[in-house]
Amino acid sequence: MLKENEINIGDTHTATLVEDLKRTQIVQYAGASGDYNPLHTDEIFTTQVAGYPSVFAHGMLSMGLTGTMLTDYVGDGALTKYGVRFTNQVWPGDTLKSTTTIVDIRDQDGERVVDLEVVTINQNEVPVVTGNATAKIES
Amino acid sequence: MAVDKFLIEASHIMMFARSVGDSNPIYHDEDYAKSTELGGIIPPPTFAQSSAQFDPDYFLRPKVGGDGWFGSGKEATGSKPSSGSGGGGGAAMGLHAEQHFEYHLPVKAGDTLSTTTKPGKAWEKESKRAGKLKFSESVTEYRNQNGDLVITATGVGVQTERAVDS
Repeated sequence: MLKENEINIGDTHTATLVEDLKRTQIVQYAGASGDYNPLHTDEIFTTQVAGYPSVFAHGMLSMGLTGTMLTDYVGDGALTKYGVRFTNQVWPGDTLKSTTTIVDIRDQDGERVVDLEVVTINQNEVPVVTGNATAKIES
Repeated sequence: MAVDKFLIEASHIMMFARSVGDSNPIYHDEDYAKSTELGGIIPPPTFAQSSAQFDPDYFLRPKVGGDGWFGSGKEATGSKPSSGSGGGGGAAMGLHAEQHFEYHLPVKAGDTLSTTTKPGKAWEKESKRAGKLKFSESVTEYRNQNGDLVITATGVGVQTERAVDS
């Protein structure tokens, strides 16, 4: 868990989430999450029927990868809120980098928390996930 | 969609954590997890979404026998999707626009959750990249075996008129 005397508003943490995303990792996510939408794993359906250039990652895979960066920073079991918007699709071959920024340090229900902004970008610096989170900290 | 029993199981958590690139031992090493303040294996923050595994009628999973599945086989598509419910996934041309989680109480391996889902707001928007967009929200409440609210999840799904230009 983050310690209040070691953090400041404006602090950032950055991590590379995945390099050269493989279709197999998307398959892993489909299997674990139970979301077998063919748009994510069935190249024939996705290109010939749905009209996309290839399969693409579940939004929730992007959110999950971004969540790994977030929990590595704020600690296990510290999040009280985590929400995102999926701003662009993530494709096989993409490399994703994610940054979180402390935007506030405050009280919430008698505990100290930080508010964080989160943005994940691809190799072309296009945001694919933007959002925010709140995490408990040690005062 | 409602799930009566969403079993929070250590092996499922391990597989889910792997799929999101997370090697944190809190998700797979029981001895380590027990030595922490949390006292056991916990699920990653987006794990709640995998309650779909426990929904007997989940439309984005092929039925046993594969009947009615819309993915490719001999043909590029099997059939039309059976349902177009919005929020958190969508059908063939449905995409996930937003997802929000609120964590009220800790969840650990060994817990059994149940869920109830209610539709939220719905709205429309014109877009250059995908034509008319129909957004719909769904709000899912996750309760533990004691009946306590542990997670609130709000999903926003969008149905697009055509494939999104990239």
